[in-house]
Amino acid sequence: MGDFFTASVLVATIASGVRLATPYLLAGLGETIGQKSGVLNLGVDGVMQLSAFFAYYTVLKTGNLWYGSLAAIGVGLVMGLIYAVITIEFEATQGISGIGIFILGLGLSDLLFRELVGTPKPIRRLPSVDIPLLSDIPKVGEALFQHNLLTYTAFVFVPLSVLLLSRTTFGLNVRAVGENPHAADSLGVSVERTRYAAILIGNAMAGLAGAALVLGLGIFQPNLTQGLGFIAVALVYFGSWRPAGVMAGALLYGMVNATVLQWKALNIIPVSGSVLANMAPAVITIVALAFLARRGSAPAALSQPFSRH
Amino acid sequence: MNQSKRPALKLLLALLAFVMVAAACGDSDTEGSGEDGALRIAIVAPSASDDLAFTQSMVDAVNALDRPFELEITDGTFVVEDAAAAIRGYAEDGVDIVIAHGTQYGGSLAEIAPDFPETTFVWGTSTDTQGLDNVFAYNPAADEGGYVNGVLAAGISESGVIGVVGPIEAGDAVTYIGGFEAGALASGASSVNITYTGSFGDVTLASEAAQAHLTNGVDVMTGTAQMVVGAVSVATANDIPWLATQADQTSLSPGLVVASQVYRWEVVLEEMLDLRADGTVGGQVFELTLENGGLVIEFNDGFDLPSEVRDAADAAIEGIKDGSIDTGF
Amino acid sequence: MLKKLVGASVPLLAAVTAFFFGAIMLVALGANPFEGFQAMLEGAFGSGERIATTAVRATPLILVGAGISIAFRARVINIGGESQIIAGALLSTVLALNAPDLPAILLVPLVLATGAVGGFLAGAVPGLLKAHAHVNEILSTIMLNLIMVQFMNYLLGGPLIDPLQTSAGTFIPQTERLSDNAALPTLVSGTRLHLGVPVAVLAAVAAFVLLWKTPLGFRLRAVGHNADAAKAAGINVKRHITYALAISGSFGGLAGSILVFGSEGQRMVTDGSAAGFTGSAGFNGIVAALFGGLHPLWTIPSAFLFGALLTGAVQLQRVLQVPASLAVTINGIVVLFVISSAKLRGYIEGRIADRVTESEEPPDDPGPLADVAIGSLDDPIQNPIDSSDGVV
Repeated sequence: MGDFFTASVLVATIASGVRLATPYLLAGLGETIGQKSGVLNLGVDGVMQLSAFFAYYTVLKTGNLWYGSLAAIGVGLVMGLIYAVITIEFEATQGISGIGIFILGLGLSDLLFRELVGTPKPIRRLPSVDIPLLSDIPKVGEALFQHNLLTYTAFVFVPLSVLLLSRTTFGLNVRAVGENPHAADSLGVSVERTRYAAILIGNAMAGLAGAALVLGLGIFQPNLTQGLGFIAVALVYFGSWRPAGVMAGALLYGMVNATVLQWKALNIIPVSGSVLANMAPAVITIVALAFLARRGSAPAALSQPFSRH
Repeated sequence: MNQSKRPALKLLLALLAFVMVAAACGDSDTEGSGEDGALRIAIVAPSASDDLAFTQSMVDAVNALDRPFELEITDGTFVVEDAAAAIRGYAEDGVDIVIAHGTQYGGSLAEIAPDFPETTFVWGTSTDTQGLDNVFAYNPAADEGGYVNGVLAAGISESGVIGVVGPIEAGDAVTYIGGFEAGALASGASSVNITYTGSFGDVTLASEAAQAHLTNGVDVMTGTAQMVVGAVSVATANDIPWLATQADQTSLSPGLVVASQVYRWEVVLEEMLDLRADGTVGGQVFELTLENGGLVIEFNDGFDLPSEVRDAADAAIEGIKDGSIDTGF
Repeated sequence: MLKKLVGASVPLLAAVTAFFFGAIMLVALGANPFEGFQAMLEGAFGSGERIATTAVRATPLILVGAGISIAFRARVINIGGESQIIAGALLSTVLALNAPDLPAILLVPLVLATGAVGGFLAGAVPGLLKAHAHVNEILSTIMLNLIMVQFMNYLLGGPLIDPLQTSAGTFIPQTERLSDNAALPTLVSGTRLHLGVPVAVLAAVAAFVLLWKTPLGFRLRAVGHNADAAKAAGINVKRHITYALAISGSFGGLAGSILVFGSEGQRMVTDGSAAGFTGSAGFNGIVAALFGGLHPLWTIPSAFLFGALLTGAVQLQRVLQVPASLAVTINGIVVLFVISSAKLRGYIEGRIADRVTESEEPPDDPGPLADVAIGSLDDPIQNPIDSSDGVV
């Protein structure tokens, strides 16, 4: 156990936790914005899979990490548009539509990978970028300020999401539409347009989460996310629809995972206890929510299709 | 709630009708054995046929067979009941050799094989045929190549600390890693740190597990199962040599893969096919070993391996072959 | 009549359109789409044996779907099907391992009942967490899925592992072969049709009876309809939320024991993932339930057709040698197109109704799909506790 509480190991564990938290955070923030507008999207995982594939494939072909990230955002937007048309224009039930998107993304990313790539080939990984000055702080700098740009982006999106939701007209509209779409409609807020925008933003962030995942790994494999997107949806509930809460959930989940892996590497968790230790992130997330969190209130119109009659 | 007149069923039945119409327009498929009397072989496997690991090793092996054959593949069938349907389907179609490439398929095979006494079922990894006359079983002694890889790792390592990334503590992961640990410790490694991530598919966890090993002074790594591509990626980024198993993983990291333990299933497949040609359709167990050539250590020329380490590895191979080295299994 | 015909044809057209996309993909992969659909059809319905396989494949979907219908009626979402299936399978496996010599007439009902108990317990956990600790059930059921997989891997690789696996050095995480006395009897020889299929159908009927013919079902629906009013009427909302998830879970648990004791292998084995054991029935059951309008009885045909898609997919891959993921992709497109067609259908039916002057037809029930899309039940997410501060 003593080995764990050395500075270098703690720093590496925190850095690992931050890396692990990144895709959850990006996808979770996107889902938060969508849900705030009253739209539940269970398809996050599928969007992440497909955008991760396109990010990977773009980098494989062009070698350019920016193009890869943009491709992922593009895929997120396209999937978001499909989801928006299905749930807004056709007023389809959101739960099942999301699962449809999930199945589609899971299948299509696998299919495209098989047909276009086949055997996993490594690509460039996102380089870590040191933040000037901050990264020079002993220990702290190494743990927090030597990450890749998409990790920083994820954390910068936390305050930005808060500002977007609470300080902009668009954010007010989003919340109004999520709480009482008919009232918002009667005040001249376009429910459809607001939800379109919220879905597109949310899915673009899910796309970016896919990019962060695959470009952090430098390799793609079918079913890359392993259900990560569903956990991201769960973390929205953990965070009670507040971006900071989602961040807390993502960091908690990532940190517990990182700690378990570090303890396994140090043999603090012996091989015989390895399987049971794998339960820790999920157990601790549930327990933390049960003991720490106050009840949050869901947007009142969450998952209700809007129709003027 | 009105429970009557639910058109959903109509909808779904109509959908079915459509599929039927569409199907009626299709051609009927051809049956019987292949052209020119070629042997018809089918593989049913749990992961992708190009996974650079377990499934690919079998596909490569069949393609390396030294006789005419026609190969059909159903891969990605990690759901046992789907695999069972595919296995039965191939047998019904008159495929000569059905390779059920997954231990978890054994139960289904016990039910299916007796219905098709003319068909040879090849099943592994397994150490017994479940008493079935038309089943050949195969099992790789993964500990042998693991031991050799361990010797190589210890020889390269300067810190003496070696990291292992595994999926769950099961199957040939246990034997490979056990052999690896024995080989490394016998060759002067001070510590072999083993992490089972708990998943065959989670590339992210494999990647962070490798990262955790690095923090603890590991300077050589190995790992087994499909998700290790994430660990190889970390090794590449940090200039850490990698020992591979199941298939040749040199393409993942051309400069850093030291050697790969490769499964040459074709060695035992050839024996099975010979037996079948002589009228024995099953009932025997085959083990892949370094001795019979079923296991081969492929050294990567792109890695600058010190000659004394190579010699130690070759000595270990010989020692395992002649029985003077015990891998612990 | 015209209205119904046209109405029913809309989702059909949607499905046709979805399969048209599937055909395009088949062509892109160099395969003949007609052969593809024929293969799917033959794989699912080509013979009595294949129909039986389809029914077996649909069995866990029926059960999970019926269970989800119960939870949704009480306005709780149960995404924990996977964990409940595993819990039921594990508990019933433990029973069969410890009482292998009981006669079949006792052991078969016992393992099924034990499976249901396992699922009940796995469902009760998120139920209690929601009722008493305000832990949203979407979060807890997703997390419990992750937890139960590892627990399964722990038990099958450790305490429950077949001793032969350790002595032979193969270490496959599986139990020894389970007692023949626990095996679900085959109903039609030469096929895989086993007792689990009618059990699942009966369970779905039981779910229907529970929801609409019993006081408990009435209270569950009352809680789902309006938690405040239910509380005012003296219903213990907390307790019924727990019941809803636990009862829902018991259906998944029953599916788990059927998967073990109706499997060809007669043992429980893990490949390390939940899907390897459940075949993702915990998720596919949600789709089956929603297509069935969250009505337990309509879940039966809906699950059967979804099961047909799954068994047909195996044949599609085998005959045409296209990746298995193609079938997954087509499934996703079918779900999206069919679910999207509900509104269009309502619209078209409305237009026809306007034109038809003689309106002898009573107002049509819009059907399960429309029910889900337009009805009041589609916000089960809303937490009855949270949405009404002061309650409980």
